[in-house]
Formats: sequence, C-alpha cells, structure tokens
Amino acid sequence: MKRPELIPAFLTILVVAFFWRISPDFRDINYLLANTTIFAETGLLAIGLTLIIISGNIDLSVGSSLVLTSCLVAKFTNDGTPIFISIVMALVIGTVLGTINGLLITVGKLPSFLVTLATMALYRGVAQAMMGPASAKVPQPLKGIDRSDFHGLPYPLIIFVFCAIVVGLVLHRMILGRWLFGIGTNSEAAHYTGFPVNRATIFAFAITGFLIGISALLMDSRLGVARHDLAKGIELDAITIVVAGGTAIAGGKGTMIGTAFSWLLLYFVKTGMGVNNLKAEYQLTIIGIILILSVFSQQIADRFSTIKHRKTTKIESR
Amino acid sequence: MIRISSILALGALLLVGCNSGGSNESPNSTSSTGTDSGAKLKVVFIPKNTGNPYFKPLGAGIEEASKELGFEYQEQGPATGDATSQLPIIKDQIQRKVDVIILAANSPDALNEVLDDAKAKGIVVVTVDSDLEKNESHRDVGVMATDTSKIGPAQIELLGKEMNYEGEFAILSATTDAPNQNAWIADMMTALKDPKYSKMKLVETVYGNDEPQKSSTEMEALMTKHPNLKGVLSPTSVGLAAAAQVLENSGMYPGGKKAVNGGIHLTGLSTPNQLKKFVANGVITAFQLWSPKDMGSLAAYLGTAAKNKKIELKSGTEVDGPKGTKIKLNDKGVVFAGDLVTFDKANIDKFDF
Repeated sequence: MKRPELIPAFLTILVVAFFWRISPDFRDINYLLANTTIFAETGLLAIGLTLIIISGNIDLSVGSSLVLTSCLVAKFTNDGTPIFISIVMALVIGTVLGTINGLLITVGKLPSFLVTLATMALYRGVAQAMMGPASAKVPQPLKGIDRSDFHGLPYPLIIFVFCAIVVGLVLHRMILGRWLFGIGTNSEAAHYTGFPVNRATIFAFAITGFLIGISALLMDSRLGVARHDLAKGIELDAITIVVAGGTAIAGGKGTMIGTAFSWLLLYFVKTGMGVNNLKAEYQLTIIGIILILSVFSQQIADRFSTIKHRKTTKIESR
Repeated sequence: MIRISSILALGALLLVGCNSGGSNESPNSTSSTGTDSGAKLKVVFIPKNTGNPYFKPLGAGIEEASKELGFEYQEQGPATGDATSQLPIIKDQIQRKVDVIILAANSPDALNEVLDDAKAKGIVVVTVDSDLEKNESHRDVGVMATDTSKIGPAQIELLGKEMNYEGEFAILSATTDAPNQNAWIADMMTALKDPKYSKMKLVETVYGNDEPQKSSTEMEALMTKHPNLKGVLSPTSVGLAAAAQVLENSGMYPGGKKAVNGGIHLTGLSTPNQLKKFVANGVITAFQLWSPKDMGSLAAYLGTAAKNKKIELKSGTEVDGPKGTKIKLNDKGVVFAGDLVTFDKANIDKFDF
C-alpha cells in the first residue's frame, strides 16, 4: 500500500454507507453539508497542526488562541470597529499569537510542548481576565456565515477545503514543506544541511495562527456570542484528526490529504452517531475504536510496503 | 492480495462494531421514522452531561409524564458540561424532527442561535433547572426548581423547629462569592428578623469552598470556638455531608454519646442519597432540597401542551396546568415547579438521586 493515508478515506466510505443504510435522518445531503459548519473550525486547526506536528513540534494552545481571538474580535466589532477591519484584525491577532509560540520555541530554545502548554493557560487566562463571566455579543453583519451557502455548499466548508488545498500545496510542493519534513525527521541534520530551522518553525506556527484567526471568525459568526469558556478541548480533537490521518506524532511524516480525510471520517462518524441519538458514552468508545483502527491499519500498511521495498532493493535481509 | 483482504477484514470489523452500537438505539430510531409518527409527540431531554445523578430524577419525571400524556421520550446528553457541548445534540434533534426539547442549559447564551433554529422549525424549547439568563427569548418557557426567595426562610424554619427556636447557630456555606449561596444567606438574615426567631442567634458564617476537607476543618473550628453552639445550617451538599461526618465522629449530635444540652442540630440543602446514612443513624434529623422530578414532569406537561396548542406560553400570563390547576409564568417566562421537599427518616428511602 503506497498511500496508507487513504485508509481514512476508505473508512469514511464504509461509515457513510453504514449510516446511509440504517438511518433515514442521516440520508439527507443538505443536512450532511450544513452540519459540517460545526466541525469546520476544528478542521482549520487540524490543517495548521499538520504542519506543526510534521515539524516534530506540537501546539496545545490552538484552542486558547481561538478563544482569545474570537473574544477580542467580538468585543472590538461590538465597540464599533468596521467589519472589514475586524476580519483583518482576527487574522492578525491569530497570526501574532502563533508567532509568539514560534518565537518562544525557537529563540527561547524551549520544547514546543512546554511553551504551548504555558500559552494554552495564558491565552485563555487573558480571555477570561478580559471578559470575566460575561459574553460579548457578535453584531449582526458578522453573524450567520454557517447559514449561508454557495450553490448548496456552506461557506465554512468551502473555506476549510480551500485552506486544506492551499496549505497542502505549501506542505507538499513548496520549499517550506521540505524544510518542515526535514526538521521533523532530524532537526540537527536539517540545521547542518542548511535548512533555516528557526524560520521554518516560526512559519509553521504563524500559518497555524492565521488559520486560527479564520476559525475564530467562523466561530463568532456561528455562535453569535464569544465567551472565555468556549471551544474547550478542541485542541485534542484537532490533534486527534491529524494523528488519525497518518501524521507521525514524532514528526517527519504525514500528508495534508490524510488530515482532510481523517477530518471527514470523524465528521461522518460523529454526525451519524449523533443523529441516531447514540448515548455519549458509546460515542466516545466508538470514536476511540475507529481512531485505533485508522492508525493501526496505516501502520500495518506502512510496514508491508517497507518490507516489500526492502526485499526488492535488498538493502537488508530478514 | 494480503493487504486487500486485511483491509476488508478491518472494514467488516468496523461495520460489526457500529452495528452493535447502533442496535442499542434501534427501537427508537425505527419508531421515530415509522409511518405512525403523526400521533405521538417526540420529546427529548438534554441534561447538562451524562452520568450526572442529579438529572436522573428529572429525566424520570419526564418519563413518567410520557406514560401519562402519551408521548415518545428520549434522553440525550453530552459527555461533558462545556458551554457548547449541547449544540450538536440540539442540531441532531432538529434533524430528527422532535416536537419538544427539554434542556438543562450549559450556557446562558452560546446556544442562542441553534435554539432559534429549533424554534423556527416549530419545536417547543423548555429549559429546566438552568435557564438562559438574560436570553430568555430564545426559549419558550423556563421550569425552575423552586422560588429561590423561599429557600432562606424555609431553611431557618427547619433549623428553628429542631433547636426549639432558641440558641446559637452558625452557617457553613460554599465559597464567599457563590451568588446563589449569598442570596439565600441574605434571605435568611431577613427571615431572622421575625420575632418568632428572636431567641436564635447567628454567631458566625464560615465558608468551606465546597471542598470536603476545608468544610470539615471549618465545622471543627465552629464547634471548638462556640461551645454553646446548638445548630449548624449548611445550604450546600458538600458542606452538609462533611459537617455530618465531623458531627458523627465527635458524637455531639442530638442523642449522641457526647451531646451536651440537646446536642448540635445540623441541617441544610443536599441531594438525599449522600445523606441517607446520616439520617439512618440520627446525626441529621431532616434536610431539604427541591424536587428535580417535579421539574421534569411539569416541563413535559408545558412543552407538550404548548406543542398541541392547548396553551400559549407567554410571560406574565396564567395557563391551565395539569388536573385543573393554574400555572403562572412570571415576567421572565419562568415557572416554579414546587416547594422544597423535606427529607427525613420517614420518606428518604423513597428518593434515589
């Protein structure tokens, strides 16, 4: 199997076929399209995290950055900032928060786990200090992007797919992608090869921050309010999507298409179970099983192809 | 070849896994999609999170009503109590074309948009236990446990009766900034001005932060500092349970080994299950709480009656209640389910939550 990342795609087909057969409520294309709006924000975070995890880093602060950005944007828009400026501001704030992570990791020479664990608390803490228990209402013109669509495709879905393609091209077709894979495989070696390790790492975090900015706008628009306690645990969902999509948690390996299909798989599993009112406890169990299946089968497929490869090139006999 | 068959095997495994999970729900999903769905209303209850014992009797109240009123009942809660964890569930219920959503809201406003969607589809939205404060227009009616302004006076009366309306007493509360606790304590102060309670003296109010350890320490300190203490009132279940344990160990409860002039009377607010043992061994004579079950049955009645257009849920009006009663909606569209229930040796075994 040359493309183990396609296993999530295969599982997706099975899951959709299964729910399509058993559930009339699931058998509704409009609903399936419209419901993606709940999950698009998580998907955008997963796109950014794919870059970060491939580079051998992790970002635990994505959820907190998302909340802080969404609170700031809602607050400023409420105070009369024009919509256009609010949108630009969301992207800038997100990018800045991501860049801060990147700088702390590279210039501060600190492990990303530690840095983003700290900023996870910090960013949400700032949001809480700023908002208190209150929530900022999002003004009308910014609201309701999840209810608007282009020929039946909701805008959040279009934005997610577009971002996945663009960042996917950056990862697989541009020099930045090669740097990230190199850093993730062996950052020391990458450094001596002449890869700009620091710059590439900062870029990965900044791009993630930019995607967080988009995500924050989508969330504000969808919920109509911003609070410090929203999007709790979203970082784990996003990391799960990336890892289940075949990206190695230790870095150096992964694909954007894997992340995209993994997102799709999780989306259909969650929607199918939800619309059938499967109890929350079972939902967690089944998601756990599917994730293990996805990762495990990719590992096996990977091993098969490596063994085959070794046999044919006779590098090593077993 | 091997890998194709292994993938197929994995796929088959997955299908089996989903099937066994899905079959748990199949009675519901089949009946909900049957052709006879015209007559029976579909009511879904969304608690704050699953596995929360407090919501068990609430659900039981709705379920009982479902048999009486003849609607189809389902409960579907999120795994966690986060602000938006109920949002996808509400979307799912809209897609399932339910008629009434009974919701114990996790957030006063993060669900506004999706609840508006539900209402636009003609679904009656009833909040229970936790309302959408300041966002009441996004639901049809709120069924709350009890008129909270009556909690303080009721608690003082309960303790007063136990200590014969005279002597020193103290309050063991949760945290200093808990809004509900402070409101109840303020109501208690007002109630104490009644001449009936003139011989009762509040000596101290302490805070156990709703932590068992801190609550125990505070209770011990109270008993040391005030040797003439005759009563302790703890309107929080963590504090009350911790204080009961301290009192049991010290033997100073009424009838205990070390009780002096009548012993220390302990009461407060709590769910019954965690205090059953202390009521059985006499450490606590009686305590109170509202009835989640009454909330459930009233919410079910109001939701289905509104859906059937028998009543119109408008703030500040009176509507027909079950069995010829009248129910008043206050200016925020809130209905109170009933008075506090007093649990004692005689009735506590009838409750399980």
